[in-house]
Amino acid sequence: MTARLRMALFLSSMAVVAAFTGWGAAQLPGFGRYPGPYGDVIDRVGVQQRRATDLVSAVNVDYRAIDTLGEEFILFTAATGVIVLLRAMRDERRRPDEEADPGRERPGTTDLIRAAGLPLATGIGLLGVYVLSHGQLTPGGGFQGGVVVACSPVVVFLAGERITVRRLPPTSALEVAETIGAGGFIAVGLAGLLAGAAFLQNIAPLGSTGSLDSSGTIAIINVVVSVEVAAAFLLIISEFLEQALIVRPTGGRGGG
Amino acid sequence: MGETSGLQVVVYVLIAAAGTAVVLSRELVKVAMMLSFLGLVLAVAFLTFQAPDVSLSEIAVGSLALPLLILLAVSKTRSRQG
Repeated sequence: MTARLRMALFLSSMAVVAAFTGWGAAQLPGFGRYPGPYGDVIDRVGVQQRRATDLVSAVNVDYRAIDTLGEEFILFTAATGVIVLLRAMRDERRRPDEEADPGRERPGTTDLIRAAGLPLATGIGLLGVYVLSHGQLTPGGGFQGGVVVACSPVVVFLAGERITVRRLPPTSALEVAETIGAGGFIAVGLAGLLAGAAFLQNIAPLGSTGSLDSSGTIAIINVVVSVEVAAAFLLIISEFLEQALIVRPTGGRGGG
Repeated sequence: MGETSGLQVVVYVLIAAAGTAVVLSRELVKVAMMLSFLGLVLAVAFLTFQAPDVSLSEIAVGSLALPLLILLAVSKTRSRQG
């Protein structure tokens, strides 16, 4: 296939895609004019029912918590798959002289980067804890907070303290944390059954609207989800880092 | 499509520009950087449509996780070749 033919094929199919996209977009209801009833109902009763001011969190981990449970296990399965795949590769390539290979020294960083890395990592970690613990009050929650928390050790790694990072979150501890986070979600759901209510029904004390301990299981689920997400994210990143960055030739890091 | 604010028009243009830049970039590291920028612009777009929760998720996945995985994969393939 010549380049001209390929370009002609691309342009003609893009014209069809653009036409259908434009046609579909023109049919969309105006912004804020969604005709379904659920948004309005949640808006009216959500804050009184659940004492959570962030109704997106309330929908995600309370009203439709079973959907979020499924999504959490997508991430759990993905992390497990990455671990299984990369472990097999690591065993294949393990050599006794890998650490001592003179061509595979880790690239150095400057004192300035190291000095900036620590406060940055601390700030990012604190921000993550804030986002995950205020999920029921302000935008954010377990997923977003968990990813931000997981970025904190990554910043430490990027700042050059990679040996520390390699030892600080050992893979086994991360696996345990991931399991506790994923199992915690189910445990909160089963607690509802044990209390004589439905699976994942909000049976914890609701507290007063606007306080940190309000909204019952919404706050609890946000915390366990953040543990699961942070651990899964760190597991994936650390497996990739071990594969890609810890052992690599010094000449191979340029380009960009 | 309802009323569109000036900021939304700016964001639309930036999304189109960043998306085109991702497609046209030949250097994979540049692709990761442009993808990260696209995620950031999309996050601003969600924010202008009053969806801060989605915006935070977009930053986490689109601006951080995806470009990071691409960078690591690129680094991995390069260290094998070298």
